[in-house]
Amino acid sequence: MGRYVIRRLLQMVPVFIGTTFLIFVMVYAVGDPVNAMFGDRAPDPATAAQLRSQFHLDKPLWLQYLLYMGDIFTGEFGNAFNGQPVTELMARAFPVTLRLALIAVVIEIIIGIALGVVTGLRRGRPLDSSVLMLTLVVISVPTFVTGTLAQYVLGVKWGWIAPAVSPEAPVGQLLLPGVVLALLSLAYVTRLTRASISENARADYVRTALAKGLPRARVNVRHLLRNSLIPVVTFLGTDVGNLMAGALVTERIFNIQGVGFQLWQGIVRQNSPTVVGFVTVLVIVFLLANLIVDLLYAVLDPRIRYA
Amino acid sequence: MRGATRVTWAVGCATVVTLAAAGCGGGGAGGGAAAGSDAGIVRAFWTDPQNPLEPANTNEVQGGKVLEMTFRGLKRYNPRTGKAENAVAKSIKTDDQQNFDITLKKGWKFSDGSPVTAKSFVDAWNYGALVTNKQVSSYFFEYIDGYDDLHPENESAKPKAKKMSGLKVTGKDSFKVKLNQKFSQWPDTLGYAAFSPLPAKFFNNHAAWLKKPVGNGPYQIDSYTKGQSMRLSVNKKYAGPDKPKNKGVELKVYTDQNTGYTDLQAGNLDVFDELPAGQLKNAERDLGGRYINQPAGILQTLSFPLYRKEWQTEKAKQVRVGLSMAINRKQVTEKIYHGTRKPAGDLTSPVLTKSGGYEPGMCGEVCKYDPKEAKKLIEDAGGLPGGKVTLTSNVDTGSHRQWMDAVCNSINNTLDKNGACTVNPVPTFSEFRKDIAGKKLKSMFRTGWQMDYPLIQNFMQPLYYTDASSNDAGYSDKRVDKLIDEANAAGEKAAVSKFQKAEEIVLKDLPAIPLWYQDGNAGYSDRVSDVRLNPFSVPVFTDIRVK
Repeated sequence: MGRYVIRRLLQMVPVFIGTTFLIFVMVYAVGDPVNAMFGDRAPDPATAAQLRSQFHLDKPLWLQYLLYMGDIFTGEFGNAFNGQPVTELMARAFPVTLRLALIAVVIEIIIGIALGVVTGLRRGRPLDSSVLMLTLVVISVPTFVTGTLAQYVLGVKWGWIAPAVSPEAPVGQLLLPGVVLALLSLAYVTRLTRASISENARADYVRTALAKGLPRARVNVRHLLRNSLIPVVTFLGTDVGNLMAGALVTERIFNIQGVGFQLWQGIVRQNSPTVVGFVTVLVIVFLLANLIVDLLYAVLDPRIRYA
Repeated sequence: MRGATRVTWAVGCATVVTLAAAGCGGGGAGGGAAAGSDAGIVRAFWTDPQNPLEPANTNEVQGGKVLEMTFRGLKRYNPRTGKAENAVAKSIKTDDQQNFDITLKKGWKFSDGSPVTAKSFVDAWNYGALVTNKQVSSYFFEYIDGYDDLHPENESAKPKAKKMSGLKVTGKDSFKVKLNQKFSQWPDTLGYAAFSPLPAKFFNNHAAWLKKPVGNGPYQIDSYTKGQSMRLSVNKKYAGPDKPKNKGVELKVYTDQNTGYTDLQAGNLDVFDELPAGQLKNAERDLGGRYINQPAGILQTLSFPLYRKEWQTEKAKQVRVGLSMAINRKQVTEKIYHGTRKPAGDLTSPVLTKSGGYEPGMCGEVCKYDPKEAKKLIEDAGGLPGGKVTLTSNVDTGSHRQWMDAVCNSINNTLDKNGACTVNPVPTFSEFRKDIAGKKLKSMFRTGWQMDYPLIQNFMQPLYYTDASSNDAGYSDKRVDKLIDEANAAGEKAAVSKFQKAEEIVLKDLPAIPLWYQDGNAGYSDRVSDVRLNPFSVPVFTDIRVK
């Protein structure tokens, strides 16, 4: 087990270097950030040259990358173009997005798995069909539609909530965005759980457990659910990463200044330190989430063991 | 089986209940805390300024908003008329349009209590001009003698001095300025934020000043959280006449214009000056008439790469006139921009007013939609160079894609030829600028001009003088250069008509086709009144009253 974890951690190093370099190249290839700073007029060459040397933009790409990486290992993530250290941006954005992602994941787990179990055990009944229909509707309506609608109806029409989340982003204000963000994955979790449960419900070990005289509830939760959750856990693991990075649409609709929004700003203003810095952290989040998912398999299914 | 489902449902309900409870608790607390401290405060939309808030390093509206509230220079542009009026300056005198004697009014102070002196101005201008300070608005100081020593044209050259030889402090509140050329309207440029004075603290403790800028304007900055908000309160030491009619301003950063618009409708935002293009159609109705649309000093034009041979001939000039007449400006401004743009009839802007040189009829027939005449002109000239034209612009902002499609269709319909004009969209503004700067364009491209100060000089010299900083078409005409030089040497009244003579020549040569004048828009809540925009489309915060 320990050796397996160490091996996995070592594998992360090349992945990490590769991804950061790719992102660096992509951000660099988009254009010249200095030009954009001068508005609708031609940049004055002398000032532009000074700015380029400040941001190392006058050096070859590989050297820029090395200089940047060197800084990162000393904990220096560079500055956004408005002079604010990227680390400060991160310290503000990550907690907010983490709160939002956790709310979404909790909603997904509780409601998604509950609905999945109920429909999986009642295959083909009216309840099952109606939930299936609902999930289809949720999957086909894009986030920006549900988000904007919910914001307008609850925020402007009924006045139940403030349409824009305040900068501190307390949990109470993040509930609606959390629901909007969770909806899509919620539908997937429901369908995954349902498929898995209905497949395992007829398995031999369930029949054996029932034959031994165990109560139905205990069989469903301890035996059936535990085995059926493996695909769901896999999905949830990658989803945590996705929610951290992919909350862009929801964050912009509800004025949440989190990771997605900062990334978007960094891309629009072509500020490579911001984009690469945030993505670097996100890559680590993804890699760790994957590792945790793999280790959870062993917990769920004793037949899986890591030597 | 039944038992299990009951258990799960119970768990589900319990969670829903706790979530709802948490929701009510959170919402209530937030609402209560905000209401108490907001009395008399104007809440306005903001996005993070692009650069640190130094006066000579701010060239966009969002940063300009703050500078307009926190700084006053020698002059200020009247928010209603756009005329430059004395603010800190008592008098600016000259006999030869090149040497100026400037005297300051007494009693002006920065909000930290230090006095505003001649040195505050001279030090600030020298700081703004010095190339190593990397200020994006350095070029404002280029007319001052000695600017080249601080800001050499050559990219790799080091500055030779730290102080411009043309600036001399002659007393506590007087200084002399020598320009490197005659420029009669130069005093009128001094209302721009780049010419603001700076307190000693700016130079002694720069980092602290950037965190909380100190100026001499009607408001002072209380707190500034980058990327979130800025709170300003009334500056008690302000010596100017336009004292704020409210208790302060809170600038709130929004992730998205649409979110700001929703918040405005919900009554959580008072002044919103960046209406999303998609909402313009409904804004007036949605906001119950609390909607402003007024001229903004921005002109959109279509320029031609005159640095290429095929566009330099007399015949090409005739083609340009034909192309101009093939564009249905009225339709585009109404259908795409819902009246927030007006068809252009000259190369200036309505904010200049007629006395300042705005003359909407100057372009005449050339800017009128006349497909028959357009077709005749282009065919007489032997058709389009190379048989077709392309139209290039960035498409990341400003609904540029839509009007480019409309203009190209209009040209194609005029010539009865599909593919006579094609759109060449460039994804980002900076990439587009790079192509323009590198003189890589082969056909028509968009050029927008946002004025630096409301003078006709600013609509002519930077754009059409030989080798001027924003002469993107590469236009050069000796008569125009001579008229501009004469205008700058003439008195202020004579200057305007000289500039107009130059403008007439430019419109004959047509290196750039005028498209439309852009307006500034804003919406406001029913909690405030007396909201208006100044000629730079920045809300005049000092006038706003909170009910």
